[in-house]
Order: sequence, then C-alpha cells, then structure tokens
Amino acid sequence: MSNNLSHLDALENNSIFIIREAYSQFRNVAILWSIGKDSTTLLWLVRKAFFGQIPFPVLHIDTTYKFPEIYDFREKYAKEWGLNLLVTKNEEALAAGMGPDKSKFQCCNDLKTVALKQAIAKYKFNALYLGIRRDEHGIRAKERVFSPRDEDFEWDYKNQPPELWDQYKTKATEEEHLRVHPLLGWREIDIWEYTKRENIPVNDLYYAKDGKRYRSIGCHTCCGPIDSNAGTVDEIITELANTDISERSGRAQDKEDDYMMQKLRSLGYM
Amino acid sequence: MDVLSFVIVGHVDHGKSTLIGRLLYETDSVPPDKIEEMKAASTELGQKTEFAYLLDHLEEERKQGITIDTTQVFFNTDKRRYVIIDAPGHVEFVKNMITGASQAEAAILIVDADQGVREQTQRHSYMLSLLGVKQVIAVINKMDLVEYSEQKYIEVKDHLRTFLSSVNIEPALYIPISAIKGDNISKSSEHMGWYDGPCFLGSLDSLRKKPSAEQKSLVFPIQDVYKVGDKRINAGRVEAGTIKNGMDIKILPSGEKTQVKTIEKFLSSPEVAAASESIGMTTADPVFLDRGNIVCTTTDEPVLTDKVQANIFWMSKHPFNAGMKLTFRCATQETGCKIENIIRRINSSNLETIDGDNNIIENLEVARIEIRTKKPVAIKDFNDVQELGRFVLVNDGNICAGGIITLLET
Repeated sequence: MSNNLSHLDALENNSIFIIREAYSQFRNVAILWSIGKDSTTLLWLVRKAFFGQIPFPVLHIDTTYKFPEIYDFREKYAKEWGLNLLVTKNEEALAAGMGPDKSKFQCCNDLKTVALKQAIAKYKFNALYLGIRRDEHGIRAKERVFSPRDEDFEWDYKNQPPELWDQYKTKATEEEHLRVHPLLGWREIDIWEYTKRENIPVNDLYYAKDGKRYRSIGCHTCCGPIDSNAGTVDEIITELANTDISERSGRAQDKEDDYMMQKLRSLGYM
Repeated sequence: MDVLSFVIVGHVDHGKSTLIGRLLYETDSVPPDKIEEMKAASTELGQKTEFAYLLDHLEEERKQGITIDTTQVFFNTDKRRYVIIDAPGHVEFVKNMITGASQAEAAILIVDADQGVREQTQRHSYMLSLLGVKQVIAVINKMDLVEYSEQKYIEVKDHLRTFLSSVNIEPALYIPISAIKGDNISKSSEHMGWYDGPCFLGSLDSLRKKPSAEQKSLVFPIQDVYKVGDKRINAGRVEAGTIKNGMDIKILPSGEKTQVKTIEKFLSSPEVAAASESIGMTTADPVFLDRGNIVCTTTDEPVLTDKVQANIFWMSKHPFNAGMKLTFRCATQETGCKIENIIRRINSSNLETIDGDNNIIENLEVARIEIRTKKPVAIKDFNDVQELGRFVLVNDGNICAGGIITLLET
C-alpha cells in the first residue's frame, strides 16, 4: 500500500507543478469543469496548488442536456468550495433547437466547442485547464501537456510543439489559447484511488443503481450506463482492476465514425 | 508497485508501434473492444491485422502506415507498472521523438534485421546519448524476413554495437525478435534455438529506476509567489535534496541568506519535504523571492554564471541565425541570451563535422556552442542535478533547441 501511495503522490506533485507553471505563464486562465470525476479531481488539485484559494474562474459549458445530478453537484460544491463559477451556453444554437437528435457530431460541436469559443471570446482567457487523460482515448494519448489552439480553435496535431524536461510552449502571437492538461499521465484507476485517498466527493451517477452505473458522464442523451454492482469507491476500484471493457464504451462521440473523436478534437473539442 | 517509463526509438518502419501493439495484445493489456476496433480498421484499409493501430490513432497515421506523433500507453507486469512512449521514426518528426525520449528513463532501440542500421537508428541513438538516456535494450526485429538467421543477427548486432559505442551507449541486452509474428515477444521463440537470452517482455523487468535525487544538496527553484492570507508563500518543486523547517538557505542570484520558516501544503505544514515534492515555503526574514530564484543550502550552491558551453540540438524548421532573438530557460530561470560562438556543427545522423558557415545552425543539427546570458543563471553539472545542467532555447514562445551544459565558466 505504501508504494501505491507514493505513486499517487508522484502524480499529485507532478500535476500541481503543471498547474502552477501554467498560471505563472498565463494568469488569465480558467478551469473547465464538466463535473465528472476527472475534472473534479483536477479541481481538487487546483485547490491544493493554490492553498484553497483558486485565483481564476471555474467554467462549466452547459449543453442543457446534462443529467440533473450534475447540476445538483455543481451547485453544492461551487458553494462549499467558494468557486468563482461561470456557466456558459450556446444560446443561439439552443434557441434554434440544436440537440443530439439532429446530428451527434453537430450537437457536440455546437453545444460544447462553439459554446467554449464564445466563452473564450467573452472572457479573453489565454489558457484553459482540462482534465483529459491519455488512457481515455488513442487520440488523447497524443496530446501535449501545453497544447496550442489557433484562432480558429484548430488543433494542429500533425505539427505539435516539442515539449521536454518540463519546459512547455508559451503563447506565441498567432495562437488563440493554450490547453493545459495536468492529468494526462493519470489512468482511470488512479483517479479512483486518489478520490478514495483524498475523500473527494463523487457524483451519485457513478454508483450502481439496479445493476447499472455510469463509468463516464456527460449528456444524458449520449451516455449509456454499464452493468455493475459497484456501489462504493472501493467496489469501483475492484471492478476496474478486473474489467476488460474500455472506459468510454458508453460514449457516443467515440463510436459514430472511426475518426469522429479526431475530427471533433481538431475543431477544438475537449 | 513502482512505475518505469521507457521510449521505443529507431528508423521509420523498423517496427516500433508494431512491437508495442504486439506486446499489449499478447499480454491481454488491451480491452476486447479496442482489439475489435484495430481489426476492423485494418480490414477497412485492406491490410492484415495491424498491431500498430493500437498506437497509431490518427487517420493520417493509419493511411500512411507511419507514426506521426509520440504517444504514451500504460502496461503492467507482475513486478511493475510501465509507461510506454512510442516515438515516430520518420526524419520529419524528430522533434516528436525527442519529446517522447526526454520523458523516458530507459530506451528500446529497434533495428530491422533485413535493413540493418539506418539514418534514424543513428540519429536517435545520438539523441538518446545527448538526453542522458543511457539505459538501452537493443532489439533486432523482423528476424522472420532473414529466415531467423543467427549469422544475419550477429552482423547487424556488431554493426550496431560499433556505432553505439561511438555515442557512449552500451546496451544491457540485444534480443532477436519478430514483432509481427510474435517471436521472442512474451515467450521464447521456437525459431531461434541459438538465442538463449530473455524474451522482450522478460527483459523489461531488468531495467532500473532512475535513482532519487533526495540524497543530493538542496535545489528548490521558485515557480511563483502567492499571497495567502497574510502569508507570502513561495511555491515550487524541490528538484534535489530535502528542505526542512529552520534550515539555513541561500537565495540565488541575490545571495541573500535566511532560514526556512514553514513548509506549506494545502491544510498541512510538514516539517520536511524531499525531491519531486511540489510545496510552498515561507522564510524567517522578509526576503522577497520571485519566479526563477533558486533556493539552495549555504554550503553547496550551484555556480552562478552568465557564460556556458553546451551541446545543443536544433529542432526547428527555422535555422538559427545571428539575428534571432533567443530566451534561455533552465528549470524556472528565464533570461535573454546570445549564442556568441558556434564551435562545431555536427550532422546528427553520422556524427560528422559540418564544414563551412559557422553562423547558422540548421534543423536536426547538433552544435557545440558558447552562450552568454543577459542575467546570471544558477547552474550545476548535468551528471549531478540534471534540472540545472540542461536548458531549452525559446524563440517567439516556441522551443527551438534543447541543450546540455558541458563546461561552466565562472
């Protein structure tokens, strides 16, 4: 167990280093909080990095299709942790009736990516913290810790900047903003073991109800639960140690087309 | 369970991604739905099952059959957890290979038995040597294409050994394999009875962890300073040694001395913190620290200098020229700098000196140079504390070179 703890310590120390490095470079930053387990872990680490006083806003991109449990969780902890919470929606697209029934690709792009663009334009953030991890998806495994996006929000995955010895790219003139990824080196099971060690609050959706639980959460329209009886964090850890099903198997945007994730991400998707 | 990261390097198409894909496949490290996805994508592109697709996820990578960018995957044995860093072998993507290799504690160097040592085999080996990744296992791949011939294996191995010794690398092991057929990957091959060493999987647990820097003298670079309540907290990561409450410390470059008052973490104040810990620190006297300051002991401090000699590797399509504005970054230190003298330019694929113009440095070249920094920087020998013995050069926000300091001038 002590070895295991030191492994989580190594991940924590490294993430805090990255979080502080980005803030020292950019100052006008925000953390993207989807209210799932990863971005909540990231938020926890950000609180630690700044000794409980986060010096920047916490941004929630609201598609309005999220599970009700997500909104409840958001309100509760925004208050408890004293967050400067900003909620943003693509009002125009919603008014025009955008939803997953139109096209999943279009819906993700309009209600998430475009909504994020609008928020960046409004608040002029020059960097955003995101809780993505390499082991979630092969495309995310290719990411840099500091990842630039151009003015059209595009990810130039064929020409990523070099990154060595904890030295990262800083903002150059032509780029719109940088994505900062402090959790890239964490695995799904690390998130849960750390959640357990730190006693980080967990959304009820992750716990099994009637033989089903959500392993990855987002919009209720596009997330499917998995078969599970795991009703506690310990049971989730045991389940993950023995499963052979991949984490995002319930997420529609990973599946619809072979390269949908790549296409979404190259347009600025998270 | 400890974690070890290794990178896999070598010439394009010598089988790096295929080897990793095969290893993951044979050890049941990949969920069945990902295996299905690999098979379906292979069929769709009219190919046999392509293990490399477990790593190569970009559409362009699959269609062209090459790795474009470095990727990291996780893998476990009974003994250890591994982070496998796959690196591209095409000359176009050397900066991505360097990005991958700079994060590794060990390297697997792969060579095609049929093609032998090629340009990127040599360049990658040289880069490993410069980056200080000296722990290497060499695998001779595609043995099936040379009818599992021991003679062919020895030929390639001897050639490789000669080159590697010229860049000061001595592999711990040489292993003949076929990634595509599964020979000597997770179990001994029936086709190569003449080889009695471990299979690839078995060799991994012999790799050693990089020793902790805890026993060394304190190096604590300041990242930022936060005002929390009435405290001024100096935040950073301990890169070497340990820091304790009440300890005498010196701050570079100012040379001011004080003591550690407290070590700060969120909701706790530990007595002591060691190398690799991200912490906050307050001082006994009201000294004003800033990002880029280096906190050290009063008895063993880094050298403060504005002139260093170094080997750099240039990894930008824009060649260096005398008019280029460069920033020197070492740990959290950052200052303008000037390359005052290019002593030697080296072709990184064959180690030959490049004759001629010593005012420019082109992409992929290695150069021995003298740098003058605008402000003095605190430096240590690379073999003592790597974090203060290496640096990057930045032009317009982009990292264009990495460097290892070879000589300190005070």
